[in-house]
Amino acid sequence: MALTAAELTVVWLSLKVAMVATLVSAVPAIAVAWLLARRRFWGRTALNVLVHIPLVVPPVVTGYFLLRVLGRRGLIGEWLDQSLGLQFSFRWTGAAVAAAVMAFPLVVRAIRLGFEGVDRKVEESAATLGASPWRVFLTITLPLALPGLAAGLLIGFAKALGEFGATITFVSNIPGETQTLALAIYTQLERPGGEDAATRLVWLSVALSVLALVVSELMTRGRQRIDT
Amino acid sequence: MSISIEIAHRAGLFQLEVTQSVPAGFTALVGPSGSGKTTTLNVLAGLTRPSRAFVRMGDEVWADTTRGVWVPPHRRRVGYVFQEPRLFPHFSVRQNLLYGRLRQRPRARVIAEDEVIELLNLSSLLQRRPARLSGGEQQRVALGRALLANPQLLLLDEPLASVDQAHRLAILPYLDRFRDAHRIPAIYVTHAWSEVADRADHVIELAAGRVVFSGSAASR
Repeated sequence: MALTAAELTVVWLSLKVAMVATLVSAVPAIAVAWLLARRRFWGRTALNVLVHIPLVVPPVVTGYFLLRVLGRRGLIGEWLDQSLGLQFSFRWTGAAVAAAVMAFPLVVRAIRLGFEGVDRKVEESAATLGASPWRVFLTITLPLALPGLAAGLLIGFAKALGEFGATITFVSNIPGETQTLALAIYTQLERPGGEDAATRLVWLSVALSVLALVVSELMTRGRQRIDT
Repeated sequence: MSISIEIAHRAGLFQLEVTQSVPAGFTALVGPSGSGKTTTLNVLAGLTRPSRAFVRMGDEVWADTTRGVWVPPHRRRVGYVFQEPRLFPHFSVRQNLLYGRLRQRPRARVIAEDEVIELLNLSSLLQRRPARLSGGEQQRVALGRALLANPQLLLLDEPLASVDQAHRLAILPYLDRFRDAHRIPAIYVTHAWSEVADRADHVIELAAGRVVFSGSAASR
């Protein structure tokens, strides 16, 4: 079953959007997860709630907020457009932002669990051996939290790959620009006689997700072999 | 190089008050469980920050809460051997041993790697992961790791509790020699009076967070 050019475009765009969304959110997610797992500070509860908002409100609401904030007339979007020439609305970059925001709570939760599983006593012993807090983080905490980190990034990637509601609200459904797999399936189902095309896209979507799972499984296995 | 300690610490119902000047040499810190021995070591290492503390090590002030001075643990150069080994599970024994050492200026590395490895009988374990060591082996690695960081103060919290008798008898004289050769002050927490009776220059006994005895081992 060879892919048509249109299908290739959709798959490539979906992968690009999901990859960029995962990479861009990785560092902030690690930072927020570490803060929530390890620090007690003023505003911690507020940060926790803020991070989880995209998980609990309808995706269309998140998309609406993105439009109001990052749209061309948005709070930050207008400034970004005029001073840096950065536009998100109706662009694939906007789809990546929507996917990243929607995936963020899931990524943070998984990475946070990874950090919470690292024994603080081991971190303390590194500190007494002369390691600064930053070095403790890089040489002890982060490597020991690696399984949680890998799980978090994978679930983020999978979520980003399938994001629908916030994406269509924020960046619409433009073939070749913002039409990812989920949006393409929706388009075909809306079109009379599009069922066959939709079915092909559905199978593609399943295949991609399974592939991502297998890759992550292989990665964690390789890691376990190093450990013993 | 003497150590001045003043601690006033509250944790729930527990209250610790220690005011001591500890002479250089080997100090035994004894007392029943829950008397504040480990907390005292944690304050010296900088891991527990009490409401009021003054710690002076030689001419360095590590803590002076009335003036807001608090040197973080990584700048104190203490060699801390905890009750549990607390090894780095993702590193080999060799990497564990060298972790603190690599953070020292070469000039400060007065303690020889080979010497520690040989005396703690670790040469056959160097490539292994901590998970593959027995409890006693792990504790010997923890001791070696602390020594190789070239500490200016050794804190030993029942370091031999999980080490078998044969190794204990081998390690104790080594600690003596180590102390004599490098003149590093050491504070040794133990339940086993026999481990320290002959080698302690000074004894501090705690009970319920207070010092009930402080003096030479002979006068106890």
